[in-house]
Amino acid sequence: MTGTKSILVIGGSSDIGHATALRYAREGWRVTLAARDIEAAQRNADDIRTRSGVETTVQALDVLQTAQLAGFVAGLSVLPDTVVCVVGELGDQLRAQTDPELATTIMRTNFEAPSLLLEQFAQRFEARGSGTIVGVSSVAGDRGRASNYYYGAAKAGFSQFLSGLRNRLALAGKVRVVTVKPGFVRTRMTAHMKLPAPLTVDPDRVADDIYLADVTRPRDVIYVARRFRLVMTIICALPEAIFKRMRI
Amino acid sequence: MPAAALPGRATASSNPDRIGLSGWGNYPKVSTELLAPRTPAGARDHLLGRSGVVARGAGRAYGDAAIGTHTTISTRGLNRMRSFDAASAELTVEAGVTIADILAAFEPRGFFLKVVPGTKFVTVGGAIAADLHGKNHHRDGGFGTIVESFRLALPGGEILSCSRAENAALFMATLGGMGLTGMILDATLRLLPIETAWLRQDTRVAGNLEAAIDQLESSASATYSVAWIDCLARGAALGRSLVYLAEHATRRDQELLGPELAPFPSPRMSRLSVPELFPGWLLNRASMRAFNELYFRRGAAQQGEQRLVHWDPYFFPLDAIADWNRIYGRRGFVQYQCVIPQAHARRVLADILDRVSRRGDASFLAVLKQLGDGGGPMSFPLRGYTLTMDLPVSDTLFAFLDELDALVVDAGGRLYLAKDARQSRATFESGYPGLAALRDIRQQTGATTRLVSHLSARLGI
Repeated sequence: MTGTKSILVIGGSSDIGHATALRYAREGWRVTLAARDIEAAQRNADDIRTRSGVETTVQALDVLQTAQLAGFVAGLSVLPDTVVCVVGELGDQLRAQTDPELATTIMRTNFEAPSLLLEQFAQRFEARGSGTIVGVSSVAGDRGRASNYYYGAAKAGFSQFLSGLRNRLALAGKVRVVTVKPGFVRTRMTAHMKLPAPLTVDPDRVADDIYLADVTRPRDVIYVARRFRLVMTIICALPEAIFKRMRI
Repeated sequence: MPAAALPGRATASSNPDRIGLSGWGNYPKVSTELLAPRTPAGARDHLLGRSGVVARGAGRAYGDAAIGTHTTISTRGLNRMRSFDAASAELTVEAGVTIADILAAFEPRGFFLKVVPGTKFVTVGGAIAADLHGKNHHRDGGFGTIVESFRLALPGGEILSCSRAENAALFMATLGGMGLTGMILDATLRLLPIETAWLRQDTRVAGNLEAAIDQLESSASATYSVAWIDCLARGAALGRSLVYLAEHATRRDQELLGPELAPFPSPRMSRLSVPELFPGWLLNRASMRAFNELYFRRGAAQQGEQRLVHWDPYFFPLDAIADWNRIYGRRGFVQYQCVIPQAHARRVLADILDRVSRRGDASFLAVLKQLGDGGGPMSFPLRGYTLTMDLPVSDTLFAFLDELDALVVDAGGRLYLAKDARQSRATFESGYPGLAALRDIRQQTGATTRLVSHLSARLGI
C-alpha cells in the first residue's frame, strides 16, 4: 500500500528536492524534507502539504557535518522506504582553481557527504531487507571538462559510489540503488546559465522520472533528458588526444 | 557542440541585461530589466531602492501592463502554496501560483474557484491586479470577491496585510489596480465546493446580436453565460451567436445526464471525453470561415439539449492549444475588450461589430458577456455588456481602434486594462472615474514614481 510508504528527501530546500517530494506525495507517500536551510525546506513542506493533503515534515541536516550523519539516520522516527539525495553544489570552477577551501567544499558536497550519508541508509535498508536509495548525480561526472572539473570529478565519484553500492546490494538482496543524471535542469543552480532547450528539463520531469525508476518501472541508471545518454556516449568515446583540445 | 552545452559550465554570471519583453499579444515589445526572485522576501527586497518597477505574473496580460519602465519583477518563483483549511475552504498561496495549479490540486478534492477567466494559466497576483471576471460576473462579481486578504509589499519595503477590514482602501484599490499599488506577495482565497467536475451546459442559438443579448438578458439567473459571436456573419445575421449557459453539475445531474462518467475524471479522461473546441490545425485564417460555419452548426445541433461538459474545455477552451497567440505572427495582435453600459449596449455593440465585420481582418470569433457592478475603483466591469475580439496589428489598426474607442467613450464605457496596449489617455480617463482614488493611494504609499509600468506611464496613472 503506497498510503503507508514514506520518502525522505535530502536537500529538501532545492527545486529538484521539492518537485520529487511533491511527486511522491501525490501518490500518497508521507514526506520528510531534510535540509540545512530549514526555512526554505519548511516553505517547500507547506507547499507539498497544501497541494497533496499529505503529512510533510522537516528535519534540519547539514550533510557537511559528516560526523553527525550516523546520528541523524539513527534519530529518524521512521526509516523511509525511499531516500532521495539531491544534495549538490556547482560551485565556481575558476575560483576553485585558486581557492582550495572552495574546491574542497565542492568535492565534499557532491561526493563525500552524500556517499557517507547514503552508506548509513544502505546498512539500515539492508538490515530491514527493503528500500530504495536514489542518488542524483550528473552527466558532468561522465567525463572531466575544463569548465567544471571539481564538480564533475565529485559527481564522477558519486556515480561510482552508487554503482558500487548497487552492485553490493544487488548481490545481497532487496535494496535498490538508482543513479539519476538529470542533464540540464531549470533550477536556482542554473538560473544564471543559458541552457540549450533540447537538452533541458524542468524539475517536475526529473521528479517524474525518479518516481518512475523507483516505483513504476525499476531502473538502475537514468538520464532524464534522454538525448544526454547519446551525447555523453559520444563525448566519452572521443580519444583524449582530441578531447583535451575541445571547448565543451 | 555549442560552448555552453554541458551542465556545470560555470559561465560568469551574465549581467541581468535589459531584454525585450511583451505581453500575451506580442505587442508592444519593450526593453526592461527582468528579475526573478525565488521567495516573497526576495521579491520585496528587489523593490527597495528601485524606480520604474512593476510585478509580472504569467505574462498573460495582453499589452504593456506587466512590463516595468525600468525593471520587471517576475513572480513565477513565488509559486508555493501555504495552507488550506477544508472547513472554511480558505487557501493561502504565494502570488505566482496559477489558477491551473490550484485547480490541479483542489478539483480532485471537490473544490473550484468561483471566479475564473478564459485561461487557467494566470497567476493569483495577476488575477487580483486585473480583478478579472468570469462568465458569472453579472451574478457573482469579479475575482476580488473570492479574495479574503493579501499581503502587499510597498515600494518602501513595508509589507501590509490588506483585507476588507484591514487597510481596506488599499485592498480595494489593488483590485484592478494593475500592480500599481504595491507588489502582491501572497493571498488568501475562498474556494468553491463542487460536487462534480462537470458543467451542465445548455446551448442556445441566437440569429443576430439582438437575439444574443435577449438570450443573455432572459437567462440572467444562469450561473455562467457567454455568447460566442461569429464575426464573419454580416447583414441580418450580424452578431449571430451561440449562447452557452451552464451550471456546476450536481452529483444528481451527472447521474441523470452521464451515468457512465466519473464525477471527477482524471485530466486525461476529461480531455478524451469532450472534443476540443478549437483544434490547433484549424487556427489559420484560410479555414476560419469553414470552421465558423461548422462550429455554429455543431452548436446549433446541440440546442435545447442539456449536456455535460468538463470544466476544462468549458472554461478554458484555448488553453488546449499552447501558444495560440503566435498565430497572429511577428507583429502581434491586440485583444480589444470594451464594456458598454446596459442602456447603450445594443446600439453601440451593433455598430462596433458592423465596423469590425466590414474591416475583414478581425478575429473570427468574438465573445460577448454580461457584466455586473465593478469591485474596486479601478475594476473594469460595470453593469452592461463586454465584447472581446482579437485584431492583428497592422498599419491601419490603431486608427481603426481609435474610432471604436470614440464609440465606447460616447456610450460611457471603458476598455479592459489587462488587454490594453494602445488606448489614449483621454479614452482611459473618461472610462475610469475611479482613477482619482488610485492616484491618491499611490501618493500615500510612495508608488507614484516608483511603481511604473509601461501601461501606467502611457496612461499617466
